[in-house]
Amino acid sequence: MHPAYSVIFFTTSSGAGLGLLFWLGLANALGLLPDSSSFGYFSVGLGLALLTVGLLSSTFHLGRPERAWRAFSQWRSSWLSREGVAATATFAPALVFAIGWDRFGETGGIVAVAGLIMSALALITLYTTGMIYASLPTIRQWNQPLTAPNYIVLGLASGAVLLTALLAIFESVPVWAVWISIIGLTAGWGMKTLYWMRIFQEQPRYTVAEATGLGNLGTVRPLDPPHTMANFVMREMGYSVARKHANKIRRISVALAFVIPAVLSVVMLIGGGVFNIVLAVLAVVLMAVGLVMERWLFFAEAEHASMLYYGKSAA
Amino acid sequence: MTTLPEKTAKKLGLLIDLDICVGCQACATSCKEWNTGGYSAPLSDIDPYGRDPNGAWLNRIHSYEVSTPDHSRTVHFPRSCLHCETPACVTVCPTGASYKREEDGIVLVDPDKCIGCKLCSWACPYGAREYDYAEGVMKKCTLCVDRIYNTHLKQEDRIPACVRACPTGARHFGDFADPESNVSRLSKERGGYDLLPGIGYKPVNKYLPPRPRRDAVTNADAQAAAQRGPLTADGSKLDRLFKWADKMLTR
Repeated sequence: MHPAYSVIFFTTSSGAGLGLLFWLGLANALGLLPDSSSFGYFSVGLGLALLTVGLLSSTFHLGRPERAWRAFSQWRSSWLSREGVAATATFAPALVFAIGWDRFGETGGIVAVAGLIMSALALITLYTTGMIYASLPTIRQWNQPLTAPNYIVLGLASGAVLLTALLAIFESVPVWAVWISIIGLTAGWGMKTLYWMRIFQEQPRYTVAEATGLGNLGTVRPLDPPHTMANFVMREMGYSVARKHANKIRRISVALAFVIPAVLSVVMLIGGGVFNIVLAVLAVVLMAVGLVMERWLFFAEAEHASMLYYGKSAA
Repeated sequence: MTTLPEKTAKKLGLLIDLDICVGCQACATSCKEWNTGGYSAPLSDIDPYGRDPNGAWLNRIHSYEVSTPDHSRTVHFPRSCLHCETPACVTVCPTGASYKREEDGIVLVDPDKCIGCKLCSWACPYGAREYDYAEGVMKKCTLCVDRIYNTHLKQEDRIPACVRACPTGARHFGDFADPESNVSRLSKERGGYDLLPGIGYKPVNKYLPPRPRRDAVTNADAQAAAQRGPLTADGSKLDRLFKWADKMLTR
């Protein structure tokens, strides 16, 4: 599948934003957050900003972005529509949470409940994003049980790393925040490794013989293409990346998205003060780059069944 | 609504005979010609006379070689929307632009509602949907919905443009829900089959398999003939007649 940069940027940015909102709502309910209204305002604001920037960038790949509002209508059947509804719905409790904390200095009662609703909606939104891909039977790499959990875990892990950096800047890094980062990063690494193992072990599901129905007559191979230059289907669905390059990108993305931020987090447990701010911000930046690479691979390594008609023998 | 109808009154679709398709592309050109002025208008082309011409077409004709150690044959293979009974291209649509008609099962895109997110094309294993880069919306086969019910046209023209154009009669149009229809009977008789049945979309369009070859020539025969070399004079009466004719004519 062709990696559309707007979609890659959207899923990474809004994933981190949603992850941050999730942890903020939960940590507040548990009374773990600093007693600083500016922290509440800034951190919820950043979470919503990342989500908004992500949603806006996702409209860049639309042919008719001015009609994007229509995408809220088909939540009964479409995961993409559900994602739009869930992402937008997250704004309501998030605004109550941020305004309640910053303007009224309230972090308990109704504000805490709004925070928890925000956490729940953020989690649901991450799940709906994953399901857009996981529900497509045309792409075997995506159509598997690990795809949606991957989106959730990567969102939560990047949100935790982001929260750690915010706490480092505003106050000091609490041990619990570092630990959820470490656990999130390890889980992300593990899940993604399982995902990659699965897509390389699983056999292709369909063959050109089934696509054309001509398999019983012999070996099918393309003779004359229907058109001389690539059409939309080939441009969109026919993208492929050499395994050698993919493996290189995979190693770099694992190092940047998981290993180095986890190591930095461990160092944060020992260090302190300004040093921790540098480490925490560095972890955020490296993870962002690593996740963009991971998301690029997610698309580039996905093989679409329609390519069976264009010379791929199995997909 | 992108939820699918429980049942459609008719199942209109195409039956494509791979035995007699000659790959002439008449159906594809006729489709483009009709639909660039019809329901899907315009079917834009980008850089049509330049280096990298491409455009939205609703029908594509592949040619495949199908070979065994003994034989190899060319099969021309038209590919367009199969108007599936349970297609995910409809259910994934976030706007309701993609829909399946309850009355006849035709799968359509409402060009006024489509936001061009392309997710429907991701959901189609048949590569049947093509995005129109100039219009910013998805295009697909309409089964010539603007011809088949068009009372302004003569009766014989109220069929899809591709069917009307086919010079060999390789394309048939009809109602697969009616067991007595032309397409149902022909499909039953000749073993009409589904493409990628495993994916579970239940295509309405069916394909008729190529018949067994009638000439008994195999690759082995061809090789034996090549080994024998060209035919030479054998001294028969006919041979001498030709030799004489050749001499007379070259004079």
